Amino acid sequence: MAIGVFVVFVGLVLGVSYHTSRKASSVGGYFVANSSIHWGVNGIAFAGGYLSVASFLGICGLIAFYGYDGFLYSIGFLAGWIVALFVIAEPMKKRGTFTFPDALNRTFGKPGIQLAAGLSVLVVSLFYLVPQMVGAGVLVEPLLGITHYWGVIIVGTVVILIVAGGGMTSTTYVQFFNGGLLLTFAAILSVAVLIRGVNTVDLPVEEGSRGLESYRFAQMAIEKNNGVPEIDMPGARITGRHAVMDRYTDQESVVFFRISRPVEASLVDEGTYTASIKGRTPRFEAAQAEGSGWSIEAFDGHPAVRIEDWWRLGTNNDGSHVLLETQYRAVSPDGSTLVNGAPEGPFNRLRQMGYVSEIPADYGESTGPVGPLRILSVLSDNSTVVRQPLNVTFSSDRNEQVTIYYEQPVKGSTFMRPGLMFPLEARQGEPPTTTFLNRLNFISLMIGLFLGTSALPHILIRYYTVPSAEDARKSTIVAIAGIGLFYILTMYLGVGSIASGAVNPETSNMSAPLLARSFGEILFAMISGIAFTTVLATVSGLIMAASGAVAHDLLGNLTSRDYSDHAKVLAGRIVAIVVGIIGIILGISFRGMNVSFLVGWAFAVAASANLPALLAILFWKRTTSQAIIASILTGVISSVTLIALCPDMWARYGFDPATAPMPINQPGIFSIPLSFAVLIIVSLATSNNIEKHQVAV
Amino acid sequence: MDSQDTILNDEFEKRKVVLGVKMTLLYSLVYAGFVALSVFKPTAMAGRAVLGLNVAVAYGLGLIIIAVIFALIYNILCRFPAEQKGE
Repeated sequence: MAIGVFVVFVGLVLGVSYHTSRKASSVGGYFVANSSIHWGVNGIAFAGGYLSVASFLGICGLIAFYGYDGFLYSIGFLAGWIVALFVIAEPMKKRGTFTFPDALNRTFGKPGIQLAAGLSVLVVSLFYLVPQMVGAGVLVEPLLGITHYWGVIIVGTVVILIVAGGGMTSTTYVQFFNGGLLLTFAAILSVAVLIRGVNTVDLPVEEGSRGLESYRFAQMAIEKNNGVPEIDMPGARITGRHAVMDRYTDQESVVFFRISRPVEASLVDEGTYTASIKGRTPRFEAAQAEGSGWSIEAFDGHPAVRIEDWWRLGTNNDGSHVLLETQYRAVSPDGSTLVNGAPEGPFNRLRQMGYVSEIPADYGESTGPVGPLRILSVLSDNSTVVRQPLNVTFSSDRNEQVTIYYEQPVKGSTFMRPGLMFPLEARQGEPPTTTFLNRLNFISLMIGLFLGTSALPHILIRYYTVPSAEDARKSTIVAIAGIGLFYILTMYLGVGSIASGAVNPETSNMSAPLLARSFGEILFAMISGIAFTTVLATVSGLIMAASGAVAHDLLGNLTSRDYSDHAKVLAGRIVAIVVGIIGIILGISFRGMNVSFLVGWAFAVAASANLPALLAILFWKRTTSQAIIASILTGVISSVTLIALCPDMWARYGFDPATAPMPINQPGIFSIPLSFAVLIIVSLATSNNIEKHQVAV
Repeated sequence: MDSQDTILNDEFEKRKVVLGVKMTLLYSLVYAGFVALSVFKPTAMAGRAVLGLNVAVAYGLGLIIIAVIFALIYNILCRFPAEQKGE
């Protein structure tokens, strides 16, 4: 059904593109929809373009995994719109015609400004484009059953058709369509979450129509003999151990034991057995048992498969010990993969993990239907316990790459406040410098989100699609209301996912679709389809912005020629195709990179490169053209360089992240003030030879 | 629009810009307070605030709702005087 909904949505957006292609023959028609879009439509289109997969799938997943810390992104993404409304919207509309570089260059008329700003638009658009394309690929694999490679190609091709065909008009209506769908279905899903309430016992089935019962991970009481658990499980023995060391106290923080145990099996075909392992029924081909990590044996008069799985050592409040069941995936050097001790395949995949195991005693086992404030109150209660899904990866004593997925009990009062993802509190033994840098990183992220929104090129370009400055203001207010509502709903989708046990331990991005599936196949298909239109809407806006930057701002200034309207539109279409192809290549190349993470960087680059120049041109009479160019280039170069030197990138190059030249991952706190400083210094240094320009105040 | 209207309009535009800057600064203060509390007193964010919500949720939702309210107030104040009088 998900594929059917996807095909219908793609058909609709391509129909819109075909219908609007006639309006895209002039420069005004192609780049800014003839500035004829109604402010209400523009406002919802703002929301549809802005709410990318990072907002929709990324934030819901982060809330499901890390609680309140995920919601911090919602707050930062929304707060930035205040700057856009109060400071940028109307002046930008009054000063520009087609693009944001137009507005910057209105007073000075210098090709250098247009070139620098055009370059900045291109860089930010590409930074933003990569996570969207990666996100498209991430979605298609589990939702449509096609490969990452083909997912990126399909999305890229559809977007090229939307933008190259219908220009800004079709982009606007695709974003409007997406914005309306996102708000409607996020609201429907949130209401469904409230009606379900929080249940500590009966979780909904997994995998919708296939009706796979939800699974509760087992635990067994143990005695420890010289530090080794004595297991009361027939035929079981411990074959391995792995401990995660606390890097500051040098003590074991989490300990896992590998247990070899027989599981009763039944014959399904000649030489093929099956057994129930964590509620799944994997197939075991007896002929392939040699060196596979499992074996067939007779146990207690029955055929059995001997498998190995990992259990985590836990301690009860009274000091007694338990072993807690986990899940794992192990990849051998020869490439073969075991999931929970059995061959990976359609009958054997990882189970969903994480749920709410305890709620305040007044409610018993379930709250039943709850109000929107009550559910948040219950989840943040001190007596509530959330089983947070975590994982650890290591190389085993058999040279396998093992990833163990386990549940960590966390109090509701901790889950619903900052700190699980961003380590803001000083941990035991942590050096003060580390605490300081962790906090600086968080502050830098929040500054980047606050200041980056109003400087994103695909947002700025939308101020030119409405007839007047007043319309620009009204459409921004509609956007704030729509986006604000959506971000409030993300809280319910996120906590609803963990409360429903609808969390894929391998990827947080699947939380919202899995939540939808827990309510049935129709909602799942709709949410999956909307996830695709979200990618289409955001990517088409980005490609439109990049197309305008190259065709309108860079091309004429680089070649020092005036092009006809027809030539500019043709150039815009060609650029849209080229940028779309680049997006496809990058989307395939950057597979596996974290989507929300990359989006955070795009905000920081936008804020560093564009915002100081924008504010200066609007509010500071002594600004010079040289200062605008210097500020933009400083912002782009410094933010991109700091990102390239940050710990996360250092780790990707294969180096120790602790030795990275840039101590934190978020560049905004350095690059934004630097860009402002360069702007002021160069303005003062070159102010003798310029004419004063008109500012907004 | 005669010269008198133009002057009025220019004055109004300037007032609007000043209003926008002031409201941005005001909101920035509320936002900075939220970030500071998250960074320096994250445990205080777990305390009860209003309507059964903890400080973190109440403050976070409050920031979103305040943004919408500010936007609506700004829109009302940004209507040209003649429009406000219904002329």
